[in-house]
Amino acid sequence: MNLDFSPQDIAFRQDVRAFVAETYPAELREKQESGVELGKEDFLSWHRILARKGWVAPAWPKEYGGPGWTPIQRFIFSEELAAAGTVPVLPFGIAMVAPVIQAFGTPDQKERFLPPILSGDAWWCQGYSEPGAGSDLASLSTRAKLDGEHYVVNGQKTWTTLAQHADWGFFLVRTDPAAKKQAGISFLLIDMKSPGVTVRPIITLDGAHEVNEVWLEDVRVPVENRVFEENEGWTCAKYLLAHERTGIAGVARSKLRLDKLRRAVEAANGANGGLAADPFFRRKMTELEIDLLALEFTELRTLARQGAGKGPGPESSLLKIKGTECQQRASELVLEAAGEYGAPHFAGAALPLQNAMPVGPQSARGAADTYFNMRKASIYGGSNEIQRNIIAKAILGL
Amino acid sequence: MDFTLNDEQRQLRDTLARFLAARYGFDARQKILRSEEGWSPAVWKALAEELGILGAALPEEVGGFGGGPVDTMLIMEELGRALLVEPYLETVVIGAGLLRHSGGEAAAERLGAIIDGTMITAFAWSEPDSRFDPALCATTATRDSDGWRLEGRKAVVVAAPCATHLIVTARTAGDPGSREGLSLFLVERGVAGLSTTDYTTVDGRRAAEVTLESVRVGAEALLGEAGQALPIVERVLDEARAALCAEALGVLSELQRRTLDFVKERKQFGIAIGQFQVLQHRLVDMFMEVEQARSMTMMATLKLGEAERERSRAVSAAKAYVGKACRFVGQNAVQTHGGIGLTDELALSHYFKRATMIESQLGSVDYHLARYEALTAA
Repeated sequence: MNLDFSPQDIAFRQDVRAFVAETYPAELREKQESGVELGKEDFLSWHRILARKGWVAPAWPKEYGGPGWTPIQRFIFSEELAAAGTVPVLPFGIAMVAPVIQAFGTPDQKERFLPPILSGDAWWCQGYSEPGAGSDLASLSTRAKLDGEHYVVNGQKTWTTLAQHADWGFFLVRTDPAAKKQAGISFLLIDMKSPGVTVRPIITLDGAHEVNEVWLEDVRVPVENRVFEENEGWTCAKYLLAHERTGIAGVARSKLRLDKLRRAVEAANGANGGLAADPFFRRKMTELEIDLLALEFTELRTLARQGAGKGPGPESSLLKIKGTECQQRASELVLEAAGEYGAPHFAGAALPLQNAMPVGPQSARGAADTYFNMRKASIYGGSNEIQRNIIAKAILGL
Repeated sequence: MDFTLNDEQRQLRDTLARFLAARYGFDARQKILRSEEGWSPAVWKALAEELGILGAALPEEVGGFGGGPVDTMLIMEELGRALLVEPYLETVVIGAGLLRHSGGEAAAERLGAIIDGTMITAFAWSEPDSRFDPALCATTATRDSDGWRLEGRKAVVVAAPCATHLIVTARTAGDPGSREGLSLFLVERGVAGLSTTDYTTVDGRRAAEVTLESVRVGAEALLGEAGQALPIVERVLDEARAALCAEALGVLSELQRRTLDFVKERKQFGIAIGQFQVLQHRLVDMFMEVEQARSMTMMATLKLGEAERERSRAVSAAKAYVGKACRFVGQNAVQTHGGIGLTDELALSHYFKRATMIESQLGSVDYHLARYEALTAA
């Protein structure tokens, strides 16, 4: 037992760090720091740089264009990117639908769909949740009826992240309404430009347009766009949920946020020494730092097991719960540190006078919006209540 | 000991609640927020004239109804329930409080103008580096022939964009942090040298950064005695904090009630999610926090008339407790709703945002815990 990374891993980390420092677009960093909402091209510019290097899909097998890294290398990679504060590579194509296509798709589907995911030419979104099917996902009611060589799809999906930019979506639909819950579901790939697909924005409490409703009205989907067998889509859905959980805890991003906060607190010299002189606030930062350390080593233990050939199991639920709690805690502390300057609204455009001119210290800008936005973390991807149910059932045997 | 309301108080509360239900529903409020001004002069006029509520807690000799802190508490709770953005706290609780406690010949006339709705005030006390402490004031006022000249910067002055007047704290003596030398000035919004950067706050209010550059005001602008304002400021801020706790009660009650309704209606796994014990316990915890917050708010409200130390300890205890309850109830209301709780379309998220802002308004939880400790040790 030892805590050392291998010399190869250390060298790998240096390579990644140097690459990011060299190639990360300065204008993208400026945009991030100014707090402006990022657009499609912003996400894609970094995606394409990584794709050219062959690093955009760390978990893909080599035969599909992955780099062939070990789980530890993948962890180091995602940690370095997070620590550098890069925009994330969006997971919907690379980390979600692609592994399903690789595991269950036909040779034709692999050839058609995987290269544009890798290059960034196709933007994907996820059609899972419905107004009536959230935590109870398997109760979904979007209906797909076979009509010759097509499925005719009707229904409504919701919380579809960044669907406004999407070229394609992967959808869970009900193909056998008579079957019980999970049994009658199929996994369909739908061209978002198909007639009958309508994307409507959902504005969230921070004024952002990140999620959408997707309405499907007599949408004709070729049968060849179904992945795996009819009525066996739940197998794909489960596979997707269990796959690629590296970085789910978001330790590096939380650490970065905490480091930034610490620097801002040290730099701000209020009239009576400011927050830096407040031992109570310093202790709160320290507590979070230690929580993150615990999470980091739990994640490393999980990765080491994966390296030994065991797939990520229900313990990824632990990483999700604890990770999102740390992310939320970090956002609470940033907002607390902002003091009165947590109040001015900065980002977004839901109300007049916004963005007129930023006020207050840089570290306070957008603090409340981030705090509000981060409440989603304990809700999405299987709420933390559902994750606790998984641990209770699958690990504790309750 | 008696925690019941008298008939006049009940009537006041019910009349206001009916008015707000009819005129200040969620859609009406959202329309006001999106308007250029961001507040409704018509609603303000109605509060002044139809309801006469701007004078409810002020003495009869200046045209008020002679009510007291309990009346303010009742009013603020209803305003919280309606998420009212008009500057009742800033003008009627704080502005009128400062004018009243400072005294002077002009006070009666000015209070009359507040009661009839023609004078709207914002309190410019916090500064970029003051972090909740009114004594950490660096803005200065120096004698200038028979008046004063003000210099300084004020931060996050809520309601400044809609105010006719700002009440500004400035030092006529002493350094920032000193308990002596603080003075209060009533400054007209349009006076030369006063400039503002107006903006919207995350919970839909309007506020401003205020810069005072050689702002010249007359002798009559000074409220009370020069250099003696800190005890008055602390007193009025305590009154405002108690009122803010009452506003929080309205907000938290709504968060709790709406979440309770939601878990009864929302079905997953074939049953109402309120059938799950883990959510039942969460709802119970939210209920208990609202009850405790109510107890603390009443306690602090009824102690506003006590001597300074006792009053401030009670208020800081209440504000610290209510601040924590705001976070707990707000976060759990959203979490229990799931994604829908985070949408702009649902009123719930607006209650959550207001609750979050109340956490740190007029002093964060940490600030009031520290203040309580210091007062207890003193």
